[in-house]
Amino acid sequence: MPPVIAIQGLSKTYASGFQALKSIDLDIRRGEIFALLGPNGAGKTTLISIVCGIVRASSGSVTVDGHDIVSDFRAARGLIGLVPQELTTDAFETVWDTVSFSRGLFGKPRNPEHIEKVLRDLSLWSKKDSKIMTLSGGMKRRVLIAKALSHEPRILFLDEPTAGVDVELRKDMWEVVRALRASGVTIILTTHYIEEAEQMADRIGVINKGEIVLVEEKATLMRELGRKQLALQLNGRLHAVPEALQPYDLTLAEEGATLVYTYDTQGDRTGITGFLQDLSRAGIEFHDLQTTQRSLEDIFVDLVRQRR
Amino acid sequence: MISNLRAVRAIYVFEMARAGRTLLQSIVSPVLSTSLYFVVFGAAIGSRITEIDGVPYGAFIVPGLIMLLLLTQSVANASFGIYFPRFTGTIYELLSAPVSYGEIVLGYVGAAATKSVILGLIVLATAALFVPLQIEHPVWMLVFLVLTAVTFSLLGFIIGIWADGFEKLQLVPLLVITPLTFLGGTFYSVSVLPPLWQKLALLNPVVYLISGFRWSFFGTSDVNIGVSLAMTLVVLGLCVVGIAWIFRTGYRLKA
Repeated sequence: MPPVIAIQGLSKTYASGFQALKSIDLDIRRGEIFALLGPNGAGKTTLISIVCGIVRASSGSVTVDGHDIVSDFRAARGLIGLVPQELTTDAFETVWDTVSFSRGLFGKPRNPEHIEKVLRDLSLWSKKDSKIMTLSGGMKRRVLIAKALSHEPRILFLDEPTAGVDVELRKDMWEVVRALRASGVTIILTTHYIEEAEQMADRIGVINKGEIVLVEEKATLMRELGRKQLALQLNGRLHAVPEALQPYDLTLAEEGATLVYTYDTQGDRTGITGFLQDLSRAGIEFHDLQTTQRSLEDIFVDLVRQRR
Repeated sequence: MISNLRAVRAIYVFEMARAGRTLLQSIVSPVLSTSLYFVVFGAAIGSRITEIDGVPYGAFIVPGLIMLLLLTQSVANASFGIYFPRFTGTIYELLSAPVSYGEIVLGYVGAAATKSVILGLIVLATAALFVPLQIEHPVWMLVFLVLTAVTFSLLGFIIGIWADGFEKLQLVPLLVITPLTFLGGTFYSVSVLPPLWQKLALLNPVVYLISGFRWSFFGTSDVNIGVSLAMTLVVLGLCVVGIAWIFRTGYRLKA
């Protein structure tokens, strides 16, 4: 199946000379949730802005469902909904009016039933006649999502949609996102909350300094790069890792009171059995243990550090 | 070029609704200030100046006053209309929508011009309460009214794109448009000026607008009606070229 968004050789250099994107190649699959991760200034928003038509590319091409974003911009943009990073809303409009305005802007005929459904799904129905300036930050964020969904897009860009949003609202939003995905909408999100990407995304892309560092299935990424650690709380303290245990990837923590064994869950052998046997032979006893797995955040931080 | 009429309608209705929300500022305020001009210039000073070109002074200044209002309001409405979404950041929605530049301009400029024309007609009706009015060429009066409103709304749109602060938004209307209008024969006929000033006055494009508009009322003008119409179209054309350049280059809209 052809990608719903195909990005080829996309570069952007701003008038200041800053090169925000360096020949990006990226395909977004139809119906997936794609999480784009990257530190501040990595190029995430520039990439989204080019696809949506807000920023001009310096070179390269982008097609949305086969439509070029420049020569066939109407068809391309009509498929896309965008929730921007900043809380950029009208102030004096009512919720209903601003969402209806967005639908009209995208050339769709009036459909009060759809607008009502969107507002109800986002728990905005009771605020439909409220002026936007009277809403809280979280509610304004919902309004931005409602505006993006007003014209029934097939692709939804969420540029850090839950930044500054409380936990309750964040959960509500992700319910909406899941429901959209279930209805076939492709979702591309950027987020600083890596646990969100971990929970929500099908695939993850990492961008750093204008370059795509990695694109991988989330499950594969977690499997391939995921390492586990076994921490043993020792009965006594060690000053150094004993000679007999040198073959293992061991570190001492908490002033020698904890011995940490790092192992690869995807290796042929984790080595845990042998390690515990060798530990016993070395006469080292422990009274408690725990295992921890590297999070996506750890992987992300490692990737970004490697590229510095 | 214009195929997303729903978008044009959405922008137009949005802008017109804004005028509705600020009725006092949008309509009452300009009508009041224009009425004050009638009282001061028409009644007070006009009692000492009986006629210009055979037209009672009170009636003579009506076209100029309508033109003054039309120019300032067209520029103000259109410049604020496009500047405000730039200021708040909601411009992103306009840029990411399947809307052509022509449709954006049609929506914003159409609404700004409509508001100005409505205001012009309201002031005309208000003036009729103060002075006896005749309109010899009503069709041409409407042509000049609409052409001028559209032309200066286009100029306002350019200013709204150019401005990077509220101060700049006011700069051109206050320092350029208003002086040119006052010096363009709002309250007098250019023919009463000394010969040198008459020639200099002809460099002022507003002279042609007011002269043409006044001709549609009284059948007399400072410059030939054809020249007035041509000058209006030239200014209109220049504004269209300016806007085309803005959208082609993305000036202050797209990085």
